[in-house]
Amino acid sequence: MSILRKIMTAVRGGAREMGELVVDANGTRIFEQEIKDAETHLRKAKQDLTDIMAKQMQASRQVESLSKEIAEHEKYAGQALDKGDEALALEIAEKISSLEIDLAEQQQVHDTFTGHVSRLKDLVKKSDRQIKEYERQLSMVKTTESVQKASAAITDNFASSSSKILSAKDSLERIKKRQQNNFDRLEAAEQLENENTDKSLADKMKAAGIGETSASASSVLDRIKSNR
Amino acid sequence: MNTRDLALRISDLSSFEGYQFDCQPIPGETEVLQITLLEFEELPAFISVTDSQILCITYLFGEDEVNQASRGEMLEEMLELNIPMPLSSFAKLGDRYVVFGALSMQSSMEDICHEVVTLTENAVEAIEALEEFLV
Repeated sequence: MSILRKIMTAVRGGAREMGELVVDANGTRIFEQEIKDAETHLRKAKQDLTDIMAKQMQASRQVESLSKEIAEHEKYAGQALDKGDEALALEIAEKISSLEIDLAEQQQVHDTFTGHVSRLKDLVKKSDRQIKEYERQLSMVKTTESVQKASAAITDNFASSSSKILSAKDSLERIKKRQQNNFDRLEAAEQLENENTDKSLADKMKAAGIGETSASASSVLDRIKSNR
Repeated sequence: MNTRDLALRISDLSSFEGYQFDCQPIPGETEVLQITLLEFEELPAFISVTDSQILCITYLFGEDEVNQASRGEMLEEMLELNIPMPLSSFAKLGDRYVVFGALSMQSSMEDICHEVVTLTENAVEAIEALEEFLV
């Protein structure tokens, strides 16, 4: 079963101990230990792999140098035959034969190491993937567990404090009212500011005798007289 | 970064993106930090730090506030809104609907504060958008 499915089932069932999900009857901590063990094995396997790869390279160099030696001695044997020295040619041939036995041995050693290397590489790759998979599962389980616990703490806190959970609609209404209040206050302040600026300007103009000046009684009387 | 460090650093912060923060640790088995933007005190964000991520959650409404007749429609609406909603996603915890954001452990203080501000603003937006489905 996929880990998400397991989590879903557990959450529906109201499970508290999420750790049990990962490996049946095993807690998260045991699972963590298993991952750590797997990582230790993996490190060891990688160490082994590098050792064996070194040996494989050695064997490969041996094979190469033996092959070269055999080729050289074949050349020497040919030269001995050319000179008609059958006895020397036979001695060289014996040397070649013993070299060939060595070569076969080294070749076999090399092949064995090559096999080991490819198996170990596969193993390392598989372990790597397995560990990543374990870690992914563990992280999902731990997150679920942690969120459940956090959620419980939050609910408990609400229950113990005097503050109660408001309904979403009430919250929204209060927030909007507060925002409107803030907005109105800003607007009012701005208006007041404007009025103050207007008034002070008017005062200044009046003091300087600019703009509308209040009509004096005598000027009003003058106006009435002139209109008659 | 654990919740205590975070609480200290947020309390030092006088304001962020024009908002003032109030920060309170909540006791319990897991450490949770309640962060409130003063203008939106009804919708606090809760932060908890797990092994692999920092989770910020804001509660929207309970199942009991949902008009059951149009519940399916509301859920579909939530799925549709999930992608357009910046940085946050809808989710459900027990019988409460929430919006949440997950941050990497490498997140900076600014990242976390920005997340909290966005989450709270998203929560207000979301309730406004889904109000018609509430009783």
